[in-house]
Amino acid sequence: MTSPRPEVLAKLTPVLTKRWLSPDAWRIDTYEQLDGYQALRKALKSDPDDLIAFMKDSGHRGRGGAGFPVGMKWAFIPQNDGKPHYLVVNADEGEPGTCKDLPLMMNDPHALIEGMIIATWAIRSNKAFVYIRGEAIHAARRLRNAVEEAYAKGYLGKNILGSGHDLDIVIHSGAGAYICGEETALLDSLEGYRGQPRLRPPFPATHGVYGCPTVINNVGSIASVPHIVLNGGAWWKSLGSENSAGTMIYSLSGRVQNPGQYECGMGITLRELIELAGGMLPGHNLKFWTPGGSSTPMLTADHLDVPLDFDGVAKAGSILGTTATMLFSDRDCPVYATYRWLMFYTHESCGKCTPCREGNYWMTQTYRRILSGKGTHADLDTLLDTCDNLLGRSFCGLGDGATSSVTSSLQYFKQDYLDYIEGHRRPLLNEADLVGAH
Amino acid sequence: MLLDNEELKAQAREIIARYPQGKARSALLPMLHLVQAEDGYVSGEGIAFCAEMLGLTKAEVAAVSTFYTMYKRKPTGDFLVSVCTNTMCDVMGGQLVYDVLSEYLEVGHDETTADGKITLEHAECLAACDFAPVMTVNYEFYDKVEPDQAIATVRALQDGQLPQPSRGARLCTLKQISKQLAGWSEDRKDALADTGIGEATLAGLRLAEKHGVAAPVGDVELNTPIRVEKK
Repeated sequence: MTSPRPEVLAKLTPVLTKRWLSPDAWRIDTYEQLDGYQALRKALKSDPDDLIAFMKDSGHRGRGGAGFPVGMKWAFIPQNDGKPHYLVVNADEGEPGTCKDLPLMMNDPHALIEGMIIATWAIRSNKAFVYIRGEAIHAARRLRNAVEEAYAKGYLGKNILGSGHDLDIVIHSGAGAYICGEETALLDSLEGYRGQPRLRPPFPATHGVYGCPTVINNVGSIASVPHIVLNGGAWWKSLGSENSAGTMIYSLSGRVQNPGQYECGMGITLRELIELAGGMLPGHNLKFWTPGGSSTPMLTADHLDVPLDFDGVAKAGSILGTTATMLFSDRDCPVYATYRWLMFYTHESCGKCTPCREGNYWMTQTYRRILSGKGTHADLDTLLDTCDNLLGRSFCGLGDGATSSVTSSLQYFKQDYLDYIEGHRRPLLNEADLVGAH
Repeated sequence: MLLDNEELKAQAREIIARYPQGKARSALLPMLHLVQAEDGYVSGEGIAFCAEMLGLTKAEVAAVSTFYTMYKRKPTGDFLVSVCTNTMCDVMGGQLVYDVLSEYLEVGHDETTADGKITLEHAECLAACDFAPVMTVNYEFYDKVEPDQAIATVRALQDGQLPQPSRGARLCTLKQISKQLAGWSEDRKDALADTGIGEATLAGLRLAEKHGVAAPVGDVELNTPIRVEKK
């Protein structure tokens, strides 16, 4: 294995991940020794409106997949409206490929809590929730402990550090439903209902949890805040690329030598990331990959030099998403991968909107038929037609995300489909004829 | 009867108190975890308990509990073994792990062994793709798991041992985990310290450390408040 070139190594920019090297950083004493709760002191001296303007100027964008500007989201909260305001942290990490928030909460939970205190000061909120995925048990365990430690040290509760700011945080564990990572489904779930998305408008900024103004931010979006406050908005901008301020935790999985978390300035390319990860596994050549989870259209070896920032990936026809870069090789089948993702979307569709509920179910059956060697050429048209009827026709993005791998794999790897249909490739599944799938 | 259990009712009220006044229904998800901690699954009695405590109908509670996969609808073993078979883990060998476990334990998805000890399930993405394929026992991670390791792990569980996870706390029962999911903090201090780090977690950091690469630091005066010129 050759070492990565110096100019590529220089792209490593550990900010959010840097405390992970200190095994005790989840304890408040260690966290405080590593600059912890310093940003909070500075923020609490500042005027909340200045803080919001500062976040806007920093160019910081959401880390949950959509990339919405964080400062703008905070500014949407109506002030002096007489209603309670809420901050809800979306810690329901479950997008296939995505694995950056769990290690952060496990190993640096106070960064999230400190960010939450700063954010609630800015939006004038006294109650915040972390909606954490149920299965993320060790992260929740460390987070609950961190909240207790923060109360004991006066960082939570009444009159935090003498500032007059009060804040209570509740860690709320989910119960196993991918859809609850969608912000309005999350709100319904938090209110004790089935996690099903709400129609927008009204948006959560005015009608969120309990019908009150609510900011919903991803774990990474909030955990970045103390770093930005400590080092300045210009610094954050300088770490990334145009329109994509700051660093991102790129989560590499699959056919590389050293899968794992690589925090770099935004705009790094997959070619460079693979170099950092020690190259592809022997005997594996990159065939397809996702830039940001299974809901982002897959890309190919032709896209190795696409800058992995919001604009760069969009220009290449995909979405930066959660920077969950899953790498598959010429030994992996894009048709099968898509089928397996569709099974996931079928299972996780909440059932509220017909196009998503039925479309995913139907496409899964069509894939089974193709992978059983019983597909027809017309099946490919049926798939695209189903995608047309799914995309943009449901309350939330789950159904949209499901079509991403179908349309992109058909765009780049149609021959792989044809190989199954025309009998050039051994069927992967053994299925009886499907009744009704024309 | 759960409804005769005064301690459990006090715990339910403790959950309700976490949420704003008049918003008791927010307590439903944690409360379902609480009754699962009692019974090992969400029983009919558990549903009735939640309904009574929150002023809901049993149908309203059941509609919620059946929506979420972590609420089990029939008695579940002390150990819930979940194998990720989503695309990445599947491709890296997760389906094989699931298949050999299913054969060894002689149970299918969401089924429990005859001795009532182990429940097997295939899971969707468990957010540990850098450690693919992954398996969890009571939601603690066994990373990069090979079929024979997976079998050794469940065999140890059958023999009454508690094999240490790669990441996450030392094992306890699913009922004890459900209590934590209901919002109770970890009372085993040593379990809290069990590692949350694996090599993949640190891949980028180790490289940066080895080659002396660090992020630049911003030049900011800590004691000055943030001021932004009004535009």
